[in-house]
Amino acid sequence: MTIDWNAFTPLTALAGGALIGLASALLLVLNGRIAGISGILGGILAHKPGETAWRLAFALGLLAVPGLWLLFSQLPPIEIKAGYPVLIAAGLLVGIGTRYGSGCTSGHGVCGLSRLSPRSLAATLSFMGAGFATVFVVRHLLGA
Amino acid sequence: MNKTTVTAFVAGLLFGLGLLLSGMANPEKVLAFLDLAGNWDPSLGLVMVGAILVALPAFTWAKGRQRSLMNEALELPTRSDIDRPLVVGSLLFGAGWGLAGFCPGPAVVATGAGELKAVIFTVAMLTGMTAFQRFRRLATA
Repeated sequence: MTIDWNAFTPLTALAGGALIGLASALLLVLNGRIAGISGILGGILAHKPGETAWRLAFALGLLAVPGLWLLFSQLPPIEIKAGYPVLIAAGLLVGIGTRYGSGCTSGHGVCGLSRLSPRSLAATLSFMGAGFATVFVVRHLLGA
Repeated sequence: MNKTTVTAFVAGLLFGLGLLLSGMANPEKVLAFLDLAGNWDPSLGLVMVGAILVALPAFTWAKGRQRSLMNEALELPTRSDIDRPLVVGSLLFGAGWGLAGFCPGPAVVATGAGELKAVIFTVAMLTGMTAFQRFRRLATA
């Protein structure tokens, strides 16, 4: 392992993380709901009565961010190198996996770990492990 | 409009702002974080540290309470078992995350930025979610 110090951005990572934590705290303390993005999107698709409006509003908030950002500054880089077949396969895996596993980076990784849930710790270790392993296989074994 | 809709929108904005600012919405940065054997960029580990430091007090406060400050039911997950769906689902999710560098939130934010590839990923992800939810409904019916 070598650390890429030139790419290391500790301040924006911590500040961005703090904003994510703040958003999760607000949704919990005010709305009484968990800020789990896959749960929110899955809930919209399932149209549960009385639970769709807040979920749509949250998702619209996410969608609106780049437009608002552009009013003040240039967007930070969003570099997507994967080709279309990989993106489609990855999207299907993420969609199925997060619903089968009841959560993603936000629901298990941020909210679940913040409430010290052993279930979310197991989920987080599983998806992080699979993420590390997948990148290792793709970049170092297949050399893509 | 219901005030819970307004607060959810504000929470979504702050959440998305955090994703964009931190670099989580940049798949190349995510893959550089997941590439332990390569030229490793540890930044995104700090996103989780920052998020948990801020969220932990709120979740500690919420434990044992029944209502939120806006008098909504506080819906905290109650399960604590570690079962097969949890682990297998999370492994599948992690594999997809490692292939494209997108998890659900950043995919939605990058879709908002008008990135065609993010739109394709997001449509595939929503298709996967719908297919799984239909399958589960059939399986448990």
